[in-house]
Amino acid sequence: MAERPEDLNLPNAVISRIIKEALPDGVNVSKEARRAISQAASVFVLYATSCANNFAMKAKRKTLNAGDVLAAMEEMEFERFLEPLREALEVYKGQKGKKVSEQKRKDKEKKADSENDKSREEEEEEEEHMEEEEPAEPENEEEEEEEVDN
Amino acid sequence: MSQNNPDKDDQKSGSKKTISLPISRVRLIMKSSPDVSSINQDALFLTTKATELFVQHLALSSFNNGPGKETNTLSYSDLANTAEETDTFHFLTDILPKKILARDYLESLEQMQEEEADF
Repeated sequence: MAERPEDLNLPNAVISRIIKEALPDGVNVSKEARRAISQAASVFVLYATSCANNFAMKAKRKTLNAGDVLAAMEEMEFERFLEPLREALEVYKGQKGKKVSEQKRKDKEKKADSENDKSREEEEEEEEHMEEEEPAEPENEEEEEEEVDN
Repeated sequence: MSQNNPDKDDQKSGSKKTISLPISRVRLIMKSSPDVSSINQDALFLTTKATELFVQHLALSSFNNGPGKETNTLSYSDLANTAEETDTFHFLTDILPKKILARDYLESLEQMQEEEADF
């Protein structure tokens, strides 16, 4: 849960950079406009979350998944995002999976060799679990944010 | 520094491929929604990426629809107009209200008071 209201804002420096990259060179974006876009982005996240959550609830799932988010985009009439999102997800999975999948492949090979090696299986499961829960590394990202601010 | 950190370099040079907004912050916003219990990593990534696409799309649409092309500016009123005029951005009208002059507001206020006084 957010402790301070400003925790629900997105970092201004990053938002400003994205805006700058989207617009033609040399366009001057007023401070007010930047703040408004940042707030709009937060509202967008909430709206998308709520739509995605509806899809998850309909399917009687508690965890939001990629399909829910994509379905939400369609419902919100942001179909234009679907293709780039799918592409980005592929790249992301590739990047994220590099280390893990190598490890998994090795483990799977080993598993195939010796089905009875339960200790290794448990180890693998633990690793996978950690990958699912913690890859966001909130502290590191906060640091990055601050770097950008300077 | 950059030699030790190839991932970071990738993010900067290929910003279209990865994300620049902090996933942790997006998760915080998502979790502030009371009926969301858990979000898997891919859904989190997609929402973050979608938010970036949204920011680009909102900025560019507002710039293209607005009068700022000649002066090379993007102003608040361009955004408020886009929210009002474009269906997909309609959900933003509450947080991007159109501005009115205090003079006009006072006028309408006076009018309302006069109407009330009539009763």
